[in-house]
Amino acid sequence: MTGNSNIWEVFIQSKNGLAHKHAGNVHADDKEMALQNARDLYTRRNEGSCIWVVKSEHIVSSESEDGEAFFDPSNDKMYRHPTFYTMPDGSKHI
Amino acid sequence: MDLLKYTLRIADSSIILGQRLSSWCSKGPTLEEDIALSNLSLDLFGQANSLLEYASELDGTKSADDFAFKRNEREFYNLQLTEQLNGHFGDTIVRHFFFSVYSFLFYSKLSNSKDETLAAIAAKSLKEIKYHLTHSKSWVIRLGDGTEESNKRIQKSLNDLWQFTGEFFEMDDIDQKMYKEGIGVNNSSLKSEWDKIVNTTLKESNLIRPEDGHMQSGSKNGMHTEHLGHLLSEMQFLPRAYPDAEW
Repeated sequence: MTGNSNIWEVFIQSKNGLAHKHAGNVHADDKEMALQNARDLYTRRNEGSCIWVVKSEHIVSSESEDGEAFFDPSNDKMYRHPTFYTMPDGSKHI
Repeated sequence: MDLLKYTLRIADSSIILGQRLSSWCSKGPTLEEDIALSNLSLDLFGQANSLLEYASELDGTKSADDFAFKRNEREFYNLQLTEQLNGHFGDTIVRHFFFSVYSFLFYSKLSNSKDETLAAIAAKSLKEIKYHLTHSKSWVIRLGDGTEESNKRIQKSLNDLWQFTGEFFEMDDIDQKMYKEGIGVNNSSLKSEWDKIVNTTLKESNLIRPEDGHMQSGSKNGMHTEHLGHLLSEMQFLPRAYPDAEW
């Protein structure tokens, strides 16, 4: 199995209601094994309440050479941050 | 002290199988499965620890460590299946599958015991054992329904270990007494469910259920196969060589 087993990305939800966070990856030949391996590797110390596994090949990633086109244009658009409002006195948690 | 002996029997199967599984550590077929097997082993040690602490309480003089490390082969009552060699990965999986199905059914019943301590330990262990069953079952299916080679090898594991499955369902005088008092489990009543789970799994795995032939027996009275003595000599070496060692 070592020669041709798939890599799966593991996402753990630490508490109900929170977003799943990427935790790492595991080798596995099928989805059942992937889930069990993820459970055994990433939730041994009470880290999780839910696990997602996704075959790594199904993740679409942006390429580093596209970085300029993808991300640079937002560098000089400060007005997209909601920082130009005057906050009323006494307002908290905004 | 029938309750003491009854408790030791349950504890011993856990500690011996835990010890067996622990020697997969660093030798697993993959990194992931290596950790999985170690996790299973640690679950069993945890269960054994709770049970031996209870045995110590019932006994009044010996500690849990005394029970684990200062008894000889003939004073251990673990099921003979649990002391069988790890063999190859398929052997270990079949051994664990047989044991997990039994344990799952046994603890399900024991969690209703009139003895509150045993009931509590059983309820906690049951959660762990459910995973042991899921994990070992999915491997039986994967290997049985895998390649021609994996099917052939796990079928042999099945045939070799089948003779140790009769012990699950035995009832001796102590078992009868514990069952009548509402403390223990009627082992023979577990058989139909055990058969059902095993048969369904084997069918799904393209494996053939071996014929019920001669079944090994004797662990209830401390009779064991040749393998237990060697296992104990390794497990007990340190506390016996350095009796007051602390670590």
